[in-house]
Amino acid sequence: MAEEEVVGCGKPTGSVVGEPKGETEETTESIKKEDSMVMVKVGGKAPDFEAPAYHKGKFTSVKLSDYLGKWVLLCFYPGDFTFV
Amino acid sequence: MSAVADRYEEFQKLGVEVIAVSVDSMFVHKVWDEEELAKMVDGGIPYPMASDGAGNIGKVYGVYDEAGGVDVRGRFIIDPDGVVQAMEVLTPPVGRKVDEAIRQIKAFQLVRETKGAEATPSGWEPGGPTLKVGPDLVGKVWKVWKP
Repeated sequence: MAEEEVVGCGKPTGSVVGEPKGETEETTESIKKEDSMVMVKVGGKAPDFEAPAYHKGKFTSVKLSDYLGKWVLLCFYPGDFTFV
Repeated sequence: MSAVADRYEEFQKLGVEVIAVSVDSMFVHKVWDEEELAKMVDGGIPYPMASDGAGNIGKVYGVYDEAGGVDVRGRFIIDPDGVVQAMEVLTPPVGRKVDEAIRQIKAFQLVRETKGAEATPSGWEPGGPTLKVGPDLVGKVWKVWKP
């Protein structure tokens, strides 16, 4: 699907597509951001996101909107090496 | 993780792509897959394991726990139009049941194939009777379905 990523030493994170990435906005701006932030609900559009990923031995990235036209099971889980 | 991976072929047959997300880095995903999960599921995890280190994705999906700094258990069924059809969110100590995800996907696929003409009643299992939605059914559900 996506190309293999070049891996640096940082710890990259996923982000919501369309949301600003920086953490340095003014307070008023971040409040506005909260207001405009899409929250998920059934029957509504799934918020698009893009995130670095590990897939079958490779570092890559996933973008939800690349999956349009397919059914997707999106699973969040608390952490690697947890027991359940 | 491994429970879903174990049923991956079934998901593929249903035309479902799986994406897993946690706050762990992709480096940790790699080591977990290689060191542990590959010992539970042949070949390791077959679908992408995404990294949500800052919780940005978990926040909009309502699964990010600020106190713990983790994405709690959340499972979302998203249709080919990108619409969320179902969600299930659990606190960490209780795991999900893959059978239920598959049952719901089959139900949503049936509803989609019939363009909403059919609905699945409570407790519906694949192959079971559906409800033909329309004016004739109003007040008459008792004739075709009992708890």
